Amino acid sequence: MSALLKASNLTAYYGDAQALFGIDFDLREGETTAIIGANGAGKSTFMKAVTGLVKTKPGQIVFKGEPIGGLPPGEIVKRGIALVPEGRRLFASLSVEENLLMGAFAKRPGPWSLQRLYTLFPILNEKRRQPGTSLSGGQQQMVAIGRALMSNPTLLLCDELSLGLAPIVIKEIYDALPAICAEGMTVVIVEQDVVLAQRVSRRICCFQEGRVSLQGASGELTREQISQAYFGL
Amino acid sequence: MIETLVQGVLLGGLYCLFALGQSLMFGVMRLTNTAQGDFVILGSFAAIAGMSGLAAMGPANAATPFIVMLALLPLAFGFGYALQRYVLNGTLGKDPLPSLVVTFGLSIVIQNLLLEVFSADPRSIETAGLNTESLALPGGGISIGVLPLLVFVVAVVATASLQWLFNSTRLGRAFRAVSDDKEIAELMGLNSNKVYALATAIAFVLIAVAGVLQAMRTTVSPSDGPLLLLFAFEAVIIGGMGSFWGTLVGALLLGITQQIGFRLDPGWGIWFGHIVFLAVLVVRPQGLYPKTR
Amino acid sequence: MTPQVIRNNRSSRAALVAGVLLVLVAATLPFWAPEGSGSSWMREFVEIACYFIFAMMWNLLAGYGGMVSIGQQAFFGFGGYVMLMLGNFAGVNPFLAVPLAAAAAGLIAVPVSYVAFRLQGGYFAIGTWVIAEVFRLSFANVSAVGGGSGTSLTALRGIDKATRENATFWMALVCVVASIALVYTFLRSKRGLALLAIRDNEVAAESQGIDVRGMKLAVYVVAGFGAGLAGALYFVGNLRISPDAAFSVNWTAFAIFMVVIGGIGRIEGPIVGALIFWALNKFFSDYGTWYLLGLGLLAIVVTIYFKQGLWGWAQQRFGLSLFPTQRTLKL
Repeated sequence: MSALLKASNLTAYYGDAQALFGIDFDLREGETTAIIGANGAGKSTFMKAVTGLVKTKPGQIVFKGEPIGGLPPGEIVKRGIALVPEGRRLFASLSVEENLLMGAFAKRPGPWSLQRLYTLFPILNEKRRQPGTSLSGGQQQMVAIGRALMSNPTLLLCDELSLGLAPIVIKEIYDALPAICAEGMTVVIVEQDVVLAQRVSRRICCFQEGRVSLQGASGELTREQISQAYFGL
Repeated sequence: MIETLVQGVLLGGLYCLFALGQSLMFGVMRLTNTAQGDFVILGSFAAIAGMSGLAAMGPANAATPFIVMLALLPLAFGFGYALQRYVLNGTLGKDPLPSLVVTFGLSIVIQNLLLEVFSADPRSIETAGLNTESLALPGGGISIGVLPLLVFVVAVVATASLQWLFNSTRLGRAFRAVSDDKEIAELMGLNSNKVYALATAIAFVLIAVAGVLQAMRTTVSPSDGPLLLLFAFEAVIIGGMGSFWGTLVGALLLGITQQIGFRLDPGWGIWFGHIVFLAVLVVRPQGLYPKTR
Repeated sequence: MTPQVIRNNRSSRAALVAGVLLVLVAATLPFWAPEGSGSSWMREFVEIACYFIFAMMWNLLAGYGGMVSIGQQAFFGFGGYVMLMLGNFAGVNPFLAVPLAAAAAGLIAVPVSYVAFRLQGGYFAIGTWVIAEVFRLSFANVSAVGGGSGTSLTALRGIDKATRENATFWMALVCVVASIALVYTFLRSKRGLALLAIRDNEVAAESQGIDVRGMKLAVYVVAGFGAGLAGALYFVGNLRISPDAAFSVNWTAFAIFMVVIGGIGRIEGPIVGALIFWALNKFFSDYGTWYLLGLGLLAIVVTIYFKQGLWGWAQQRFGLSLFPTQRTLKL
């Protein structure tokens, strides 16, 4: 299987401060990969680099065979990459349904629609006219995921889905993952909870201080390997 | 007293037209257009020039100013779009100073340009008597001018349209989204530069309408702009920045306040409006219809 | 070697010496200047001094206080009128009335701030303009000071022209030096650092224990005082005041122009801006509307393409700094 997304020696900066020091990362189509690592390891920065929110040098990121480094975020979403951002970041002036509709702004064809989302997350149908930010944390996360799905992406990036949520809510959200992946969606999740990450994903990639410290199938990596890679020991 | 209220409401309609463009631009991109009033006056003079151009073809009738207005609208749209896209977009950001200085500079440029081209003499648009016609209100014994009533109706229609645009259309969603969170909106495929330009384009259509109506209602001169800006701004603040209906209400209140002031003493009319505005600012700074965020 | 905090540099020391010499030479001007042109130069200096002081105070407010105001002319005109009222009605010597009027302007900035601080950013700017208009309309309705057409400063009637012009010139010189000194020491002090912190990030500054509200009020009052000083001085030189002249928004427009050209947030900026403005005035003001149009265009172009102002651009290009308020750590 050829790589859907390929990062080669990816570097990224915030102003003068370097955050990523040459990431090599391959993503196979249809797989769910988890990126783990401590705070500040560069996981979110990687997500932002792929989606164009952080500038990268040309040629370092290739998606479906075409380089996307340096493209504006609007272009990248049109090519089929969607981000569920860290902290949800719903539009405060928009209702739940309007937030979802904004996801479809790029008008990409595909199976995802309001109807299908309301089947996946029925509570959103109930609250669809309410302001997005009036919902609970878990429900907002569902809206954020739904919003990303509305653009019918080929690659879905989820940044810290479980942040600030209760375990039972986290379970509810991750239970929806198989339905999302059913038609071959490629998913990358950034997750602090290593055990959870291993459980829901096929491959694990560990970031440590802006570099990849470990990559492999989640079933094959041992606890010691992971904690060493996590902490840079 | 009723007469004063009615006059105030009708005047408020005009102020609402001045204010809607300002409210729109600030709402979508946090840009304070200090040349707002001057662009209205520019619109007035553009209409006056258009009228004298048409006069060469034949005498004006009551419909001529509206034909000129219709012709001006696409021009205003294009002008606003280009202005935002190529000049003002570069001034947006955390610091309010660049947009303030640039729009202030535009204000000076417009005033002096108009002075050069048209001289300082006040002018107006020939309305073939429309501005002196009046209607008698049923059962009230009050008569109101047809033109002020027309202005009021236009203002209400404009407010309703703008509110509808924001609440129920894809573009309106885009406007609200980009003002909530520009970065995430761009992540959805939105081009903020173009969206901003569209907002300003629409604002300028409103400005053109306001400019033509102002020149029909009264005389205009090149330096009238700043005062109109202050009225627009006061209407927006009194109404609160949560909705366009708020701007209309704020404008009506301002109009009424000014009329009351004029009745008490002609020299203090505008002063009274300013004072009431400042009082609202002290007592309820978020305005009547605040943004709920 | 222990780390040192360095505040001056070579070029700033040189500039200080040059500045002092310039002031001393200028102070002797009335004694050796030729009859006609000398006194017209002195009058021009007084006028430019007023522009400069007003611009420097606007710069303090906007660049360091982070508050962009289009209404500082309220204090300018207020200073002028108070000076006139003290001179005409209370028999106070106008030259003494100038600092008193400035103090009055500083005082009235307090209640004004109570209203103005309700707004922020661009709307604060326009709000201050509304307040200035209220000042203008109020004074225009007071017949004791001539109402809409204004009145003359009668208190200086008895003095002969030459003495009056000399005294005004020296007064202007003193005011210029005093305002530069005031702003400079203010910014070099701990308060100055606090101001920069507030300007960069209000919330963070507050969490460091800085009284943000108090600092902003302090800056607003100082700026009001300075504007009042400029106004009082201007009308001592002009001898005639009217609401439209005293409270015209053009004052702020010129200040914005001078500061934007020279560079916001830098002390040298207003000096550079005032000099450029004076030069432009000298050569082009006869062109009336075209001149003003050109000024407007220039301000637009500089704001968009030279975000640091012309002086700021030169600073970055050539590394100059004549009035250093930075502290460099030398290890």
